[in-house]
Amino acid sequence: MAGVRPASTDPDALSWYEATARQRVVALADPGTFQEFLPPTERRMSPHLPLFDLPRAFDDGIVVGRAALDGKTVLVAAQEGRFMGGAFGEIHGAKLVGLLRAALTLKPAAVLILFDTGGVRLQEANAGETAIAETMRAIIDVRAAGIPVIGLIGGRAGCYGGGGLIAGTCSRLAASEGGRISVSGPEVIETNKGAEEFDSRDRALVWRTMGGKHRRLIGGADAFCADSVSAFRKAALDLIGRAPAFDLATLEAEQARLESRLARFGDCRDATDVWARLGVNDPEAVPAMDTRAFDETVSRVREADHDAR
Amino acid sequence: MESLTFRHTTKKPLPGSVPNAITGVVASGNLEILLERVLPPDACEVAIETPIAGYGAVWEAVVADFVARAQPGGLRISINDGGARPDTVSLRLLQGARLMEA
Amino acid sequence: MTEWRAERQARDARIQAGRAHADGKVVPAGSVIDLLEAVLRPGDRVCLEGDNQKQADCLARGLAACDPGKIHDLHMVQSGIVLPEHLDVFETGIAKRLDYSYSGPQGARIAKMLYGGQIQLGAVHTYLELFARYFVDLTPHVALIAGVSADRDGNLYTGPNTEDTPTVVEATAFKNGVVIAQVNQIVDTVPRVDIPGDRIDFVVEADTPFYVEPLFTRDPAAMTETQILIAMMAIKGIYAEYGIRRLNHGIGFGTAAIELLLPTYGEKLGLKGQICTHWALNPHPTLIPAIESGWVKQVHCFGSEVGMDRYIRARPDIFFTGADGSLRSNRAFCQTAGLYACDMFIGATLQIDLMGHSSTITQSRVAGFGGAPNMGSDPHGRRHPSDAWMKAGREGQIVGDPALMRGRKLVVQLVETFGEKLVPTFVETLDALELAKKIGLELAPVMIYADDVTHIVTEEGIANLLLCRDADEREQAIRGVAGYTDVGRGRDRAKVEELRARGVIRRPEDLGIEPLDADRALLAAKSIKELVHWSGGLYEPPAKFRNW
Repeated sequence: MAGVRPASTDPDALSWYEATARQRVVALADPGTFQEFLPPTERRMSPHLPLFDLPRAFDDGIVVGRAALDGKTVLVAAQEGRFMGGAFGEIHGAKLVGLLRAALTLKPAAVLILFDTGGVRLQEANAGETAIAETMRAIIDVRAAGIPVIGLIGGRAGCYGGGGLIAGTCSRLAASEGGRISVSGPEVIETNKGAEEFDSRDRALVWRTMGGKHRRLIGGADAFCADSVSAFRKAALDLIGRAPAFDLATLEAEQARLESRLARFGDCRDATDVWARLGVNDPEAVPAMDTRAFDETVSRVREADHDAR
Repeated sequence: MESLTFRHTTKKPLPGSVPNAITGVVASGNLEILLERVLPPDACEVAIETPIAGYGAVWEAVVADFVARAQPGGLRISINDGGARPDTVSLRLLQGARLMEA
Repeated sequence: MTEWRAERQARDARIQAGRAHADGKVVPAGSVIDLLEAVLRPGDRVCLEGDNQKQADCLARGLAACDPGKIHDLHMVQSGIVLPEHLDVFETGIAKRLDYSYSGPQGARIAKMLYGGQIQLGAVHTYLELFARYFVDLTPHVALIAGVSADRDGNLYTGPNTEDTPTVVEATAFKNGVVIAQVNQIVDTVPRVDIPGDRIDFVVEADTPFYVEPLFTRDPAAMTETQILIAMMAIKGIYAEYGIRRLNHGIGFGTAAIELLLPTYGEKLGLKGQICTHWALNPHPTLIPAIESGWVKQVHCFGSEVGMDRYIRARPDIFFTGADGSLRSNRAFCQTAGLYACDMFIGATLQIDLMGHSSTITQSRVAGFGGAPNMGSDPHGRRHPSDAWMKAGREGQIVGDPALMRGRKLVVQLVETFGEKLVPTFVETLDALELAKKIGLELAPVMIYADDVTHIVTEEGIANLLLCRDADEREQAIRGVAGYTDVGRGRDRAKVEELRARGVIRRPEDLGIEPLDADRALLAAKSIKELVHWSGGLYEPPAKFRNW
């Protein structure tokens, strides 16, 4: 497929948050190397959405294919957060699962998942839920085969619901400030627990609880990127190079990390309390920090980097 | 969903040799346009799937103006509409034609 | 024997009654209802301060909670119908008659209540016009106003959002009225005296700080390519063409896009210093990049904007600030500045008819006008020339002695041909006319009359109505930029092409603009966060605009 307009493919200038899934993939890869599997011309669209009188997308909201990254072959999947919130439907999920299974035979240097999703598509929930489970299973197999699976998170829809679960099974994650990672979204929490517990309209609260900076500080994300395609490319290359082995030691380390995190921060009422306990000098200043100042802050936090996952 | 198809004869084929291209995203007030160079050089077909019924005459006018302006001979153009306004449709069609001319 | 002091004696009696609930002038928040019931009389004309920005919300809640048996049939005269309480008082019978200007968020409910006859409507005014009537035939008996702080003598600091307060107080305090101010806190010394204490009769320490709507904040992340294209056409085809230095912008995304294109597209066109130097404008966050790039010489404001206070304090060369450092805004003065000292008003609307009359009123929403009919009118009292004003005058002059020619203010409507949900902007007949018929208004609520409008800009092109020589040309010029609306498709194609050949209609290509170049990459800031960066961290956007 011809990708996008040349002016919009400069990885330094292109905002990850603003770019479409297709623009991200084309600009992330070495120039001209992206080959799409099941491209839009194949018209693999949702069989369910017409029943709800809803429009379909030619790629069902996910772009999958093969590309070179610094000369190394990688497989890439990118969700389109603007089509139905990037949600997992039957075809969407099947394309991701198929790509991961193909990795077992193609043996790429890594699989990159460009998350941008609210979770499962309500109109095809059973298929979507199944796809989440199959994806997690497939990621385990890929990692067990020694291939790192790297998640990149910085889109409008964030990485929520089943997407948040899948992200938890990846070898490494990179996030930008705008990127959010969680299972239940702000509105879901507010509906179930009340606005006193979590006011979903308080966007500063949403971002300091689920946003890229918080996830990076507590080690939920392993790299923090500026909001450009080139920053995500650099992070992806770096994370491929230092992905942990997928063995019992790694899993036990992850279990221990999560247990100690709960013990240490379980009583905190706000992310700023967590940051203070992590040793951040001025927790209130974190949201306003630019990338450089934030990177310096992260470098002084012991918990941000670990060998687990 | 409403399906609309418009067929036009053009004076010339669209320049360039790109076999296909896609632009736009199916989102509220937006649309995606898939262009494929698969028809005879003097033919253009535009097929639209839209969730908003009753705007056939507007679509017809937008497509006719685009064909007159871009002369997109040889193209089959498929649109998944998310309720885009006519000006957005025009802009995406022109963006798509430019991609095909590359 | 003629009685010359009846009003004064009535005022003294009201204040006497109110003192029972006050410690000197100071009234605790819990006693607001008692105070209002003591001071107000049935049938009073009451000005409840509130416009499209700040709200005397504590006093509004108090008024709505008064006993309708004691306080009823009030005549409300106020800039804005914005809070639910502003309409609640009409449901309970506390208020009966209304004269106002703006009603954004309550537009749908006010329409229903007008149809239902619960409100006796005087008129929908423009701000300056309503202020004028406070001094002639709508002088308030009681004014309920809002400030940031006051001392125990009533000296009032209104803060950056001074807005309507001096005008309302002037009309009330000097004509035997009672002025009650709510403040966020009582202090020993106010930072600056915006209203002297002898004009304030009671000060209520409010339970919560007064509400301010961030109405002038437009998130660059939501700007579309179409809006950017329209902005490019306006800059090249109008701002540059007429050399517009002194101007006012509306609150829409189109004008916000223009603000964000100045340091990029405007810079490329070499227009810095030639256009957009002097403004009558609220402190729009989207103007920050242009200010920081040296485009803007000065800005006078109607009100402030949430989150902009620190930035304004750090830029006193640009904004009007007090000795204390904070912004001094003033709606009446800024409206006057926009009327007489600006060469152009440019803003959006919801409906435009075949002659160019426009309205923001639809059958289900009565949004009111705010300042638009004032800013968007050609002031016949203007007597100073400027290049832009004279050029527009020459274009519009059809007959007569050139030595007696006067200039014209440019009044530009910047619209997309379709609004939300594919509702057409261009219509055969304004909904405002239907509304006037239904509720028996003598004057239909037209926002800007056709004879004031000089240009209409849409994504299809610019129609210069100054150059139209008869009604038919005018109609075809409007149809010729009305896109794929019914009005646009009903055009006489030959006539439209003729108008285009004469430069009455100009398409993007006539201006040397390629529509596909209208890219978000042209925006000096693509997000609120980038505006914060431009401001050097001084702009503090409200939480609802954050994604960090």
